[in-house]
Amino acid sequence: MGIPLTLEVNGQTVTRDCEPHTLLVEFIRETLRLTGTHVGCDTAQCGACTVHLDGHAVKSCNMLAVHAQGRKVTTIEGLAAADGTLHPMQAAFRACHGLQCGFCTPGMVMSAVDLVQHHGVHNEAQVREALEGNLCRCTGYHNIVKAVQQGAAAMKGA
Amino acid sequence: MNAPQGFIGRSVERREDARFLTGRGQYTDDITLPGQAYAYFVRSPYAHARIRTLSTIAAAAAPGVLGIYTGEHFKAVGGLPCGWLIHSLDGSPMKEPKHPILADGKVRYVGDRVALVVAETLQQAKDAALLVEVDYDELPPVVDPARAVGAPAAVHDEAADNRVYHWGIGDKDGTDAAFRDAAHVTTLSFRNNRLIPNAMEPRAANATYDPNADSYTLYVSNQNPHVERLLMCAFVLGIPEHKMRVVAPDVGGGFGSKIFLYGEETALVYATRQLRRPVKWTCERSESFLSDAHGRDHVTTARLALDKDGHFLALRADTTANLGAYLSTFASSVPTILHATLLAGQYRTPRIWCEVTAVFTNTAPVDAYRGAGRPEATYLLERIVETAAREMGIDPVEIRRRNFITTFPYASPVGLTYDIGDYDATMRRVLEEADVGGYAARRSASEARGLRRGIGYSAYIEACGIAPSSVAGALGARAGLFEAGEVRVHPTGKVTIFTGAHSHGQGHETTFAQVVADRLGLPLEDISIEHGDTGKVLFGMGTYGSRSLAVGGTAIVKAVDKVIAKGRKIAAHLMEAADADVEFEGGQFKVVGTDKAVPFAQVALTAYVPHNFPHDKLEPGLNENAFYDPSNFTFPAGSYVCEVEVDPATGAVRVDRFTACDDFGNVVNPMIVEGQVHGGLAQGIGQALLEHGVYDPESGQLLTGSYMDYAMPRADDVPSFSVHTVAGTPCTHNPLGVKGCGEAGAIGSTPAVINAICDALGIKDLPMPATPYTVWQAARQAERLTTR
Repeated sequence: MGIPLTLEVNGQTVTRDCEPHTLLVEFIRETLRLTGTHVGCDTAQCGACTVHLDGHAVKSCNMLAVHAQGRKVTTIEGLAAADGTLHPMQAAFRACHGLQCGFCTPGMVMSAVDLVQHHGVHNEAQVREALEGNLCRCTGYHNIVKAVQQGAAAMKGA
Repeated sequence: MNAPQGFIGRSVERREDARFLTGRGQYTDDITLPGQAYAYFVRSPYAHARIRTLSTIAAAAAPGVLGIYTGEHFKAVGGLPCGWLIHSLDGSPMKEPKHPILADGKVRYVGDRVALVVAETLQQAKDAALLVEVDYDELPPVVDPARAVGAPAAVHDEAADNRVYHWGIGDKDGTDAAFRDAAHVTTLSFRNNRLIPNAMEPRAANATYDPNADSYTLYVSNQNPHVERLLMCAFVLGIPEHKMRVVAPDVGGGFGSKIFLYGEETALVYATRQLRRPVKWTCERSESFLSDAHGRDHVTTARLALDKDGHFLALRADTTANLGAYLSTFASSVPTILHATLLAGQYRTPRIWCEVTAVFTNTAPVDAYRGAGRPEATYLLERIVETAAREMGIDPVEIRRRNFITTFPYASPVGLTYDIGDYDATMRRVLEEADVGGYAARRSASEARGLRRGIGYSAYIEACGIAPSSVAGALGARAGLFEAGEVRVHPTGKVTIFTGAHSHGQGHETTFAQVVADRLGLPLEDISIEHGDTGKVLFGMGTYGSRSLAVGGTAIVKAVDKVIAKGRKIAAHLMEAADADVEFEGGQFKVVGTDKAVPFAQVALTAYVPHNFPHDKLEPGLNENAFYDPSNFTFPAGSYVCEVEVDPATGAVRVDRFTACDDFGNVVNPMIVEGQVHGGLAQGIGQALLEHGVYDPESGQLLTGSYMDYAMPRADDVPSFSVHTVAGTPCTHNPLGVKGCGEAGAIGSTPAVINAICDALGIKDLPMPATPYTVWQAARQAERLTTR
């Protein structure tokens, strides 16, 4: 059978059997049924599957689930506060209309939070460069960039 | 402008965002049905080949395999239908060879569906697919539309010369005569590059059959579930329509590519009945590149005749349109009805003649994509107009102004009647917002840094609000193009709206609620919007062609007005007044000239608890529906200005400023409208600079089959946009005065970008996409010409 895999997902410890070839995104979506993390490509280009692993953004289609053994994963479902209050970045995406169909959104938000936490948001050009790994076909990025800047300011103030 | 009193005109935050931002959206692949099996398609590795033998014996014996289906299983049923019949100039109907669900003896493009494998797990289905043995006899492929006619091997036996139709519109003789008298003629030949849609959610379906009810449910990522059901039931599988429920849940973008009925979900519906198990399929991105219907791919020569003052005398366009290997659902209408009829643009060109040759090639089917024909028409017109201006030494804005249509209604020479517009208003505004006055200084600053700056314009029109059914029918449509809506008032006065339009990013759950809230005087939270489920919504034609608010919104308004009309009678009874004396305002039914009033909720309660009720005149309940068929298209229009900086040493192009001013008529939610324009602009810039679906001419292999090869616009490829609307000319024939905004950006922006690059380099033309290599070559060539 599979390999027993224990990790922390959105603050809760989970243990499941897992095939050695299972991708982290498959484990999240199919095994844990956390379907907010999306699969938009098969070449690690679109970023829709972005989650946080030990606090850093990773493309969960690009690593095996077993590599997350003993580590902490945060998905889009784990970003808002327990009482449902949106994370400042989520709130900024809503306020700035930084999403349309919503499919790229979880990955965008997770990437944006990582950007703020580890690099900071300095100017528009830097935000655009930092979002290179996340594709959106709806918004033309205009409002996403605005949202990331607004969300960064809100995170600083929070 | 005064601040809006109600919800219409306000940038209300979207109601759908809460679920999308927290991972609670429900896209098709998020749906898991008990006992579901998994599907995988065997696809053709060849662009053109006969299937000599096909054996599924080894695959069927593989672990976990539940069923394997091939073309044999679908011999007795219909092919995927094409919804628009085009007749050639000689009167003959277009060639319509069967578009099989699974290949029937021949494959016609790389990715063509050959077999469906269903297994307990996806991995088992994929493993078994490798064991399906197909022996192919390769045939020479043709992928270039310009070479399709007379290619060595016909894609279909029914079309020996690969021609689907040879169609024309306008006044040929008059156009020819006008060219003879012209002071100046500008000619341009170009290719409108093939685009691959790439909605971020790949296509997906999950089909299930209930043997007790003998009925099906299909979850599918689709823009028009009722159309999907109708086509699949009536034209292909012969399933009674009332035995099929189609649900299009949250859909991660469509852009046209999810309008169509595809073979994949059709095969799934067949398989679920055979297996008595739900069958799920999710397209991988590599498969999407191969098998989604692509867009554009026109090869065109255009000629514009002008008098000595730059007035347009006539336009002639000859287009060869690549429709790919099979006729997709609306393919035939794109280069004809949605393209040639737009060639008047914003201009009084008295004579127009357009001929279109549509061809089969060994490429993925080509159909409506993000603008569908209208971007191709706008590119043609706005490139040739700007080129003519430069050739004649007339300012490109001035030449447009000299030719603007200024009186309405205006009957164009290619079949449309524009109800209203004010093209100078959007032009004036965009020139101001773009700070065209400061361009010279910006240009000098660029030059000081060794860069070339250019400015380009575009003034587009589109026909939206698709469509008046009688007009569409006369032009060959095989479907009605109305929309349906239902207003279900609950006993407590809360309201559920059912709409046949489908939201896959457009924000209908918010904007439609804004419209209803104002009409009924209710708070937004008392109204919910349901869509995307044939089991809930009475009927619908779906969302495409920027039609949802203009057509679907109007159907809702009509149903709301029926509710109000009935409510007035109930209220009159309650207040012992004459029907005619009761008016409805701000959520209250009032007796005119008195202080008597009953709120909407009390009337609703009375309708469902009809103890004191005019039973002699009315039925209980408060639930109305309406179908709305528009009397004309709507005609959004706008003016765009693009400024680029080109590095002549590397050919790199940077879009520095992009300013758009659109007239969409009335605007319900400015924030959402601006967002729609932003997305379109990125698509239009993407087409101009980055995107290109390329097939190898020898092998017919798709060379741009992943995000490593197909250049999607990324955040750092586009600038922040300066987007504005003027509401000077509300649509005259729908009650909301709205025109539609979903495609404008993609339609208007592409020629502005290419015009700007041509201006920067002082060249006449440039092929799309204008990659650095292409631009660098053009820059070098221009230098050689000027230094010679």
